[in-house]
Amino acid sequence: MASPPQTPQTPTDNPAATRSRASITARTLRTDRWWVPPLLTTLGLAAFVIYATVRSFMRTGYYDAEQHYLTPFYSPCLSDSCVAGSAHFGTPIGELPGFIPLAFLSLPFLLGFRLTCYYYRKAYYRSIWFSPPACAVAEPHAKYTGETRLPLIVQNAHRYFFYAAFVIALINTYDAILAFGGENGVGFGLGNVVLLVNVVLLWAYTLSCHSCRHVTGGRMKHFSKNPVRYWIWTQVSRLNVRHMQFAWITLATLALTDLYVWLVSTDVITDLRFIN
Amino acid sequence: MGYQAKLRVWRGDDGSGDLQDFTVEANEGEVVLDLIHRLQATQVPDLAVRWNCKAGKCGSCSAEVNGRPRLLCMTRMSIFSEDETITVTPMRTFPVIRDLVTDVSYNYTKAREIPSFTPPEDLKPGEYRMQQVDVQRSQEFRKCIECFLCQDTCHVIRDHEENKTAFAGPRYLMRIAELEMHPLDVADRRNEAQTDHGLGYCNITKCCTEVCPENIHITDNALIPMKERVADRRYDPIVWLGNKLFRRNGG
Amino acid sequence: MTEVERHSYDVVVIGAGGAGLRAVIEARQRGLSVAVVCKSLFGKAHTVMAEGGCAASMGNANAGDNWQVHFRDTMRGGKFLNNWRMAELHAKEAPDRVWELETYGALFDRTADGRISQRNFGGHTYPRLAHVGDRTGLELIRTMQQKIVSLQQEDQKRYGDYEAKLKVFAECTVTELLKEDGRISGAFGYWRESGRFILFETPAVVLATGGIGKSFKVTSNSWEYTGDGHALALRAGADLINMEFVQFHPTGMVWPPSVKGILVTEGVRGDGGVLKNSQGERFMFRYIPDVFKGQYADNEAEADRWYDDADKNRRTPDLLPRDEVARAINTEVKEGRGSPHGGVFLDIASRLPADEIRRRLPSMYHQFKELADVDITKEPMEVGPTCHYVMGGIEVDPDTAASSVPGLFAAGECSGGMHGSNRLGGNSLSDLLVFGRRAGLGAASYVESLERRPKVADADVTAAARTAVAPFDGARDGVAEENPYTLHTELQQSMNDLVGIIRKSDEMQKAIDKLAEIRRRICGVTVEGHRQYNPGWHLALDLRNMLLVSECVAHAALRRTESRGGHTRDDHPQMDAQWRNKLLVCSVADSDEVVPDVTIAAKPQEPMRQDLLELFELSELEKYYTEDELADHPERKA
Repeated sequence: MASPPQTPQTPTDNPAATRSRASITARTLRTDRWWVPPLLTTLGLAAFVIYATVRSFMRTGYYDAEQHYLTPFYSPCLSDSCVAGSAHFGTPIGELPGFIPLAFLSLPFLLGFRLTCYYYRKAYYRSIWFSPPACAVAEPHAKYTGETRLPLIVQNAHRYFFYAAFVIALINTYDAILAFGGENGVGFGLGNVVLLVNVVLLWAYTLSCHSCRHVTGGRMKHFSKNPVRYWIWTQVSRLNVRHMQFAWITLATLALTDLYVWLVSTDVITDLRFIN
Repeated sequence: MGYQAKLRVWRGDDGSGDLQDFTVEANEGEVVLDLIHRLQATQVPDLAVRWNCKAGKCGSCSAEVNGRPRLLCMTRMSIFSEDETITVTPMRTFPVIRDLVTDVSYNYTKAREIPSFTPPEDLKPGEYRMQQVDVQRSQEFRKCIECFLCQDTCHVIRDHEENKTAFAGPRYLMRIAELEMHPLDVADRRNEAQTDHGLGYCNITKCCTEVCPENIHITDNALIPMKERVADRRYDPIVWLGNKLFRRNGG
Repeated sequence: MTEVERHSYDVVVIGAGGAGLRAVIEARQRGLSVAVVCKSLFGKAHTVMAEGGCAASMGNANAGDNWQVHFRDTMRGGKFLNNWRMAELHAKEAPDRVWELETYGALFDRTADGRISQRNFGGHTYPRLAHVGDRTGLELIRTMQQKIVSLQQEDQKRYGDYEAKLKVFAECTVTELLKEDGRISGAFGYWRESGRFILFETPAVVLATGGIGKSFKVTSNSWEYTGDGHALALRAGADLINMEFVQFHPTGMVWPPSVKGILVTEGVRGDGGVLKNSQGERFMFRYIPDVFKGQYADNEAEADRWYDDADKNRRTPDLLPRDEVARAINTEVKEGRGSPHGGVFLDIASRLPADEIRRRLPSMYHQFKELADVDITKEPMEVGPTCHYVMGGIEVDPDTAASSVPGLFAAGECSGGMHGSNRLGGNSLSDLLVFGRRAGLGAASYVESLERRPKVADADVTAAARTAVAPFDGARDGVAEENPYTLHTELQQSMNDLVGIIRKSDEMQKAIDKLAEIRRRICGVTVEGHRQYNPGWHLALDLRNMLLVSECVAHAALRRTESRGGHTRDDHPQMDAQWRNKLLVCSVADSDEVVPDVTIAAKPQEPMRQDLLELFELSELEKYYTEDELADHPERKA
C-alpha cells in the first residue's frame, strides 16, 4: 500500500512570517572604532578629487619641453590648445574652451573606470553613501534597491571602461617611452623613473580589475580546455587579490607623477639626471 | 589562570527581551561558547543557545559578539581583555525564537528556490570526468558550513526586511555561482540570478567575506564573477551578438 | 487529551545525517511520502565532522583494488567479528554509491585523468578514500541535502507544494516509538523550539541517529550523540549487539581543555604525518601486533619510501587500524613519554612544505590556528585518543536493514555488526551510503507489502506525553532533586574513566554501580522554565537514553573477557579465538519504566559463507579462528 493522501491534520502555521527580530534598539553593538576606515576613505578620495580637478583645468605645468615629460593628467593631448611637443598623436582637434580639460578624451573613461570599479564601489558605497558605513552597522536609508535599477545599473558597464582604460594605459606607456628622448637626445633621469613606476602600477591596477579577470578566463567553464587562458587567469587572479592596494597606490602615484612634472616643468625643481 | 568574565547576554523572545549581565568563570583557552555553557550549567539552565559540533564545522552557533557576527565556538576569550564586558546577542537579521536562538528558515526557503544541479542527460554514474582545475572554484564555495553569518551581516536584508522576498543573500548567490562554475552543469542560471534571486541588490561592500568563518572569498570569487556573467548575458551587446553569431555556449 | 500535532507519512526517518538522508532519497524515489526528523537544523548533523574520506574500491588510484580487497581489509580491521554479509554488501556497493553522489552534484578531488582521487588511510591496503580535502563529510551531507531539495523541487512542479511528499522536521526530537500488535505504528516527539508535541503516524521508521559519544567526557562527538536511536530501538523491543566495542580515535586534540577531544583527521597521517613521543622517537614501529606482522614496514626508511612507491614497500605503522594506534599512544603517555598536555606529537610540519599542508589539510590548519594557536605548518600537533564511534548498535538484517521489530529499520552508526570490533577509517561514510540506501529500500518494500496500516493508540500518545513532561513536575517524595547537567557530567566522567580505552574488571564494576546510582537519581531530575527551547529539559530527556546505552556498554564490556578491536581489557590482554564468533546481545525487559532494566546474552555469529572465507589465506585465518572452525577449510583438507 502506497502513499495515503497528504492532508495535514493539524494546520501548521508559519511562525517566521509573524515573528519579529530581537528587540535591540542600538544601531550597532560594535565596540571598536568602526568609523575610522570610512572616514579615512572619504578623506583620501576627497584629497585626490580636489587635486585632480584643479590640475585638470589648470593648463599649465603639464609638459616639460626639455625632458619631454608629459603628465598622465593631460594624455593624450589632442588639440591646438596643447603646448608644443605634448601632443604625441597630433592635434586633430582645434582650440578647446577653458572649461573642457585638455585630456577630455581619456579623463571621462578613467573616471568611469574607477567609479565603476568593484573596489571603489565598495569604498564609496560604504564611506560616502553609508550603505552600510561598516559591517553590522545600520545604514541610515529607509529604502534600498542596490544596483538593480538606474542609475546604478550602469555599473554593469565596467568592462567597457576597462577596455578603454587598457587603451589609455597603452598611451601612458607610450608617453613614458617617449620621455626617454628629450631635447638633448636619449637620456634618463628621475622623471623617467617616476613616469615608469607610475605606468607599471597603472598596469597593475588595470590588469587586476575584476572585469579583466572575467574576460581573460573567468567566464570559461573549463579551464582545462584552454591552458593559456587559464594561465593568464591565474596571473590576473594573483594581481586581483591586491586590487584594493593598487587602487590606492595608483591614486598616490598619479598625483605624485603629476606633481613632479608640474614642479620640473615650472622650474621649481630640476630633474635629477642619471644619463644625459 | 581563570578569571571572572563579564558577560552581557540578550535574553527574551519575539515579544520582548533585554540585555542581562552575568559574571562567569573563564579559563585558559576557552571560547565564548564555553562560557555560555557554563552559564547554562550553573546560573540559567534554560538559556537557549543553538550549537552542535563546537569545532567550527557545522555552523550552528552563529550569533553576534560585541556586535559582530561570529561563531560562538570559534571566538576565543583571549581576544578580549579581562575587564571587558562581552555582549552576546542573537543574529539580528532573523526573527528571534528565544535568547540566542533565531529562526533561520529564510535561508532554507531561499535554498529551495535555486535551480538544482543539472548534469548532462546521457552521462551515467561513474562516467563523470572532471579536471581538478575545473572543480577547484566550485569546491571553494562548497566549503560553506551554512552558518548564515553572511546572510546575517548583509545590509540588504539586515537593514531592509522588505528585501527578503527579492534577495537570496550571499550564501545562495554563491550557490548559483558554484553551479554556474560546475564543469558538468548544463543549466543557465544567469538571467534568473538577476531577476529572481536579486544579484543586483548586492553592492559588493564585502561584509559577507569579512564574516565568513571558512574564509571563503565570497565577493571576489563568487559574487563579482557572477555579476560579470550576468553582464555577459544581459548587459553586454557584443557578447550577446557573438553568442548569436557563433552559437557559443559557455566557452 | 494532550494537544498533539499529527502527521501521516509512509516512512519516517529519524536522523538527518548521511544514512538518514540517503534513506530518505531512496524511499522518496520509490514513490513514498517521507518525513525526516532531526534534532538540529537540517544539514548540521554529525556527518559534517567526518574529514578523511569515503572508502570505496573504485580502483582509481591503484588498479589492484577491488571489492574483495576492501572486504578483506574490513574483516581484518574488525578482527573477524563483523557481520560478513554486511561487510560484503558494503565492499561491493560502495563504489556505486560514491559515483551516484557525483550525479547529485558532489565535487570530489580529482586524479590527473579526471576521475575521483583516492587517499590512503589506516587499515586500507590501497589508496581508497574518495575525499574533498579534509571536509568529505560536509560534502556528503551537503550533496544529499541538495539532492533532497531537488526532489522537493520536482514535487513542487508536480504537486504545487515543495513539501507534498517529502518534509524535513528540523529541531524536532523523537522520544518514543509507538507500536500496535508488535508492529511500528508511529513515532512521538516534540519540537525543540516550541516544546509542542508531534505525532507521526507511520508504518515504517528508519533509525539513523548516529552514536553514543556524549556518554563519554572526551569525545569527538557533538551533543546530538546521545544514543537516541539505540535507546528507542531497545525500548521498542529490538536488540543491540557489540555494544562493548567503542572506538577511540587515536588523534583528538588535547589542548586547550575546552577543545579536548575534537578530531584530528587520520588524513594527516595518510598524507605523511608521523607520530612521535617526547623523545622524538617514531614509536609506532614498536607496536605492530602479531596479526599484522609482515604487512607493515618495520623501519623508518621503508615506511617513508611507501608514500611514493606503495607497491614495493610496506606501509607505515602510523597507519595501523585505529584501535592499535590509540592503545600505543595510551601506553606511551602512561610510560612517561607523552607531550606536555598528556598526548603525543603528530608531526606534519617537518614532512611536507607549508603550502602543501594548507592545501591538503585546510580545516586542520584552520582548526589548530584558531582554537589552539598552533601553526601546524611549523609545529607538531599534540594529540591523544578521543571517543569517536560506537561499533555496536541495533541488530539488523544485512540486506534490508530491518530490525527484529516489524517496521523498524536502522542504518549508519546506530546499527551494529558491519564493523565488527573496530571500524576502519573511511568505512563510516561508505557505510552510511550503502546501508542508508538499503534501509530506504527495505522500509519502502515493507510499507508496500502491508495490507493494513497499524494504528496509533491514543493511550500510548498520552503516556508518551506524560513521560516527556515528567522533568517539569519535580522530584517524587523521598527523591532528591537533581540538576540534569550535574548528572550528565557524572555519567560522562565515570564512563570515560572506568569504561574507557583500557578496561579492568573492578573498574567496570564500579562504573556499573555508579550507573545504578544514577538510575536511582534520574527520577529526581527537575528542570526550570517552560517548554519553549529549553536546553535543560532537552538534556533531561536525552539523559535517559545515555544512561540506558551506557549500561549496555558497561555490562557487555564486563562480560567479554578478552581484548579485541575497540574493547581492550587490562585483565584479559589477549584476543581469544573462542570469543570470535560470539556476539553479546543487549535487550531490555518490556516495562513502563523510563529506563528499563538491561540484560545481556551471548549468541553465536553465523559462520562466514565459504566463498568469502576462501578469500583469506589459511595462515591468516588461523590467527583469529579456533581449530575446530577451520577443520573444513579446503586448504586443510587438501
